[in-house]
Amino acid sequence: MSAVIDAHHDDHAHGPAKGITRWLYTTNHKDIGSMYLWFSFLMFLAGGVMALVIRAELFQPGQSFVEPHFFNQMTTMHGLVMVFGAIMPAFVGLANWMLPMMVGAPDMALPRMNNLSFWILPFASALLISTLFMEGGGPDFGWTMYAPLSTTYAPDSVTFVIFAIHLLGASSIMGAINIIATILNMRAPGMTLMKMPMFVWTWLITAYLLIAVMPVLAGAVTMMLFDIHFGTSFFDAAGGGDPVLFQHIFWFFGHPEVYIMILPAFGIVSHVIPAFSRKRLFGYDSMVYATSSIAFLSFIVWAHHMFTVGMPLAGQLFFMYATMLIAVPTGVKVFNWISTMWRGSMTFETPMLFALAFVFLFTIGGFSGVMLSIAPADYQYHDTYFVVAHFHYVLVSGSLFSIFSAVYFWLPKWTGYMYSEGLGKVHFWLSFLGVNLAFFPMHFSGLAGMPRRIPDYALQFANFNAWSTVGAFIFGLSQLLFLYVVIQSIRGGQKATAQVWDGAEGLEWTVPSPAPYHTFATPPEVK
Amino acid sequence: MAQEQAGGHELYYVPSESKLPVWLAFGLGVMLYGLASWMNSTHTGGHGNEILMLVGFLVVAVALYRWFAAVIAENHAGLNSSQVKRSYVWGMGWFIFSEVMFFAAFFGALFYIRFLALPWLGGEGEKGIAGQYLWPDFSPDWAAGVTNPHPAWAGPGETLAAPSLSNWLAYLPFYNTVILLTSSVTIHVAHTALKAGDRRKLNLWLGITVLLGILFIGVQIEEYVQAYRDMGLTLDSGIYGSTFFLLTGFHGFHVTLGTFMLIVILARCLKGHFTKEDHFGFEATAWYWHFVDVVWLGLFLFVYVF
Repeated sequence: MSAVIDAHHDDHAHGPAKGITRWLYTTNHKDIGSMYLWFSFLMFLAGGVMALVIRAELFQPGQSFVEPHFFNQMTTMHGLVMVFGAIMPAFVGLANWMLPMMVGAPDMALPRMNNLSFWILPFASALLISTLFMEGGGPDFGWTMYAPLSTTYAPDSVTFVIFAIHLLGASSIMGAINIIATILNMRAPGMTLMKMPMFVWTWLITAYLLIAVMPVLAGAVTMMLFDIHFGTSFFDAAGGGDPVLFQHIFWFFGHPEVYIMILPAFGIVSHVIPAFSRKRLFGYDSMVYATSSIAFLSFIVWAHHMFTVGMPLAGQLFFMYATMLIAVPTGVKVFNWISTMWRGSMTFETPMLFALAFVFLFTIGGFSGVMLSIAPADYQYHDTYFVVAHFHYVLVSGSLFSIFSAVYFWLPKWTGYMYSEGLGKVHFWLSFLGVNLAFFPMHFSGLAGMPRRIPDYALQFANFNAWSTVGAFIFGLSQLLFLYVVIQSIRGGQKATAQVWDGAEGLEWTVPSPAPYHTFATPPEVK
Repeated sequence: MAQEQAGGHELYYVPSESKLPVWLAFGLGVMLYGLASWMNSTHTGGHGNEILMLVGFLVVAVALYRWFAAVIAENHAGLNSSQVKRSYVWGMGWFIFSEVMFFAAFFGALFYIRFLALPWLGGEGEKGIAGQYLWPDFSPDWAAGVTNPHPAWAGPGETLAAPSLSNWLAYLPFYNTVILLTSSVTIHVAHTALKAGDRRKLNLWLGITVLLGILFIGVQIEEYVQAYRDMGLTLDSGIYGSTFFLLTGFHGFHVTLGTFMLIVILARCLKGHFTKEDHFGFEATAWYWHFVDVVWLGLFLFVYVF
């Protein structure tokens, strides 16, 4: 039997196939991971251009740049593209590259389904983005798709958006199933659960969240579809339904969803900070338990997104207190990262800079989250730019910065060459400046009462908005530098050693750089 | 679990490159584009792309057929180590869990509507004031399912709520419950026969399971016909019809899929596939069938009886 396996194994063991079909037909986790990462960068640029359209319009009061209807399409598509096209696929790409290497596996558990998960994305995104060019325009009801804006008053293109979301959800579910099977079934002998690297742990928990909530989103948009096309009245009070029902179902998906976009980031930072502090991660066990607690809590806090919609007092109190609880495990994590750095031999290469900025700026986003969780205060903050500031601090300087950190950290392992440290640092400082200039003033404009998703605003918000726009353009344009640094590292440069970073630990640093096409033919022993 | 082989570990079979995933993704994209444009054309009067939908569906069907054929051939060729097989088991298990969550969204909608939103709309409780303002005359009666706040939704004349126990013999959902529960037993008998190596018994009981699946679908069609023709209970008759048809409809769709899967493994059994020890294709289908059964129990209790 093993002879059969060997014979079959040989015809693809020598490296990648040639030409375009290598990418179309591949079953290799590294190829698929690369495609995920490139695709997500492309979507990041597309969503970024939409963000810059929004910021250009808001540079000064009055209608200056685009029509309000188009502005609404931009805010909607920017959200959908960044969430489903950029951040989530980037984390899945990192999972594809790193999980098999980290657990000592030859590949992902279900390699063909892995390729299917990826190739669904371009078609789904094409379906989504094509709506911008349809009659009546693209979706203009916000990425949260609240009924009845997304049903009774939606443009016809909403049908395409619904199916695009079905496809994206199917892709995520298959990706998550694959990741769970890989982690639970493919670990090298000796790698017990509590010896798994943190990135593996956080992705395992993220995958459970994905399988639990992506079908719920599919259910929500399916009800939208039926309300639009088949005369049902789920979200129409006239027929006995309730538009608030949509918000409940959406946020039952939506709140775990934001943790889907931050838990893998926690994992990345838990690798980078120990490596550049030259110390073991402080409190590994508590990190695992904190991550699990956050995941559990994410299921019982959803209605804090809808305090102003009208909810019984008991409900508001429950969701307020449950939400505040999340600060406890999150605080455990932040203090663990700080304790890891305490008395470490720290150096500040680009991945570390992004990880440090993550800890600072994500914590700011966490604090504004605690402010928003206070139901009576939320009546004031709700739907203002304060909320926009909050979630961009956790998603841009949180999730996205961790992705940058991960790319710089593992890029030498992927390409075999060191990236340009100088340019990497320039990219970091420009991004850091741009992010804070773009999003910090939004706290002030929001607290002063500026509503979100509106193309025009009162004069007193003009200065804040001008700064935000300048910051957004600095941030956006500096990502072209990131692209340049990555391409440079792919094309050549200083050879990377197998270890790459002297403080880094884990199986991925035991194999040469670049990592061989099939990393482990037989599993390594983990002591 | 033969992990250790002479001098090391069993090799994990990583399939060489395959054309199927990208074709399947392409087919799905084309099919859904066609479906969306066709749906839109039905009420905007424009032209739809039904042809694209059918072409996409064909691509999906062919790709899926060839994919499953490839997996079966690999297993028969002995390429799958016990570890690979475990990956398939994990995959199916979590796929079924995702299906559970899909139904959970619809059950959640049903409970929210019945126990919170409708009473508020009828003017009860903390949020009742909106209902008093909007439709002061509206008082919801779920069991009757007849009233809706606005006359644009006519409301069904009657509902399919369960009658008193003595009348259950004339109650179609009761028959469907019996049929589906029985089919869970028959597929278990077939599984036991497979494990005992009794192929004749296996084919017989699996065949009976298929027939029960088809019978269920038939009874449900009859139930739908009665609802539409005699009772005025339709998808667009208001919230009762909305939840009723969405829940039972998606369940019926899953029964149809499950019956199709049963037919496929019956054909495979008749061809002599599956051994006493190695029959995960059979088990996965059985799991799916049990899952469909459990969902029906939830439906029967919360849609029909209570």
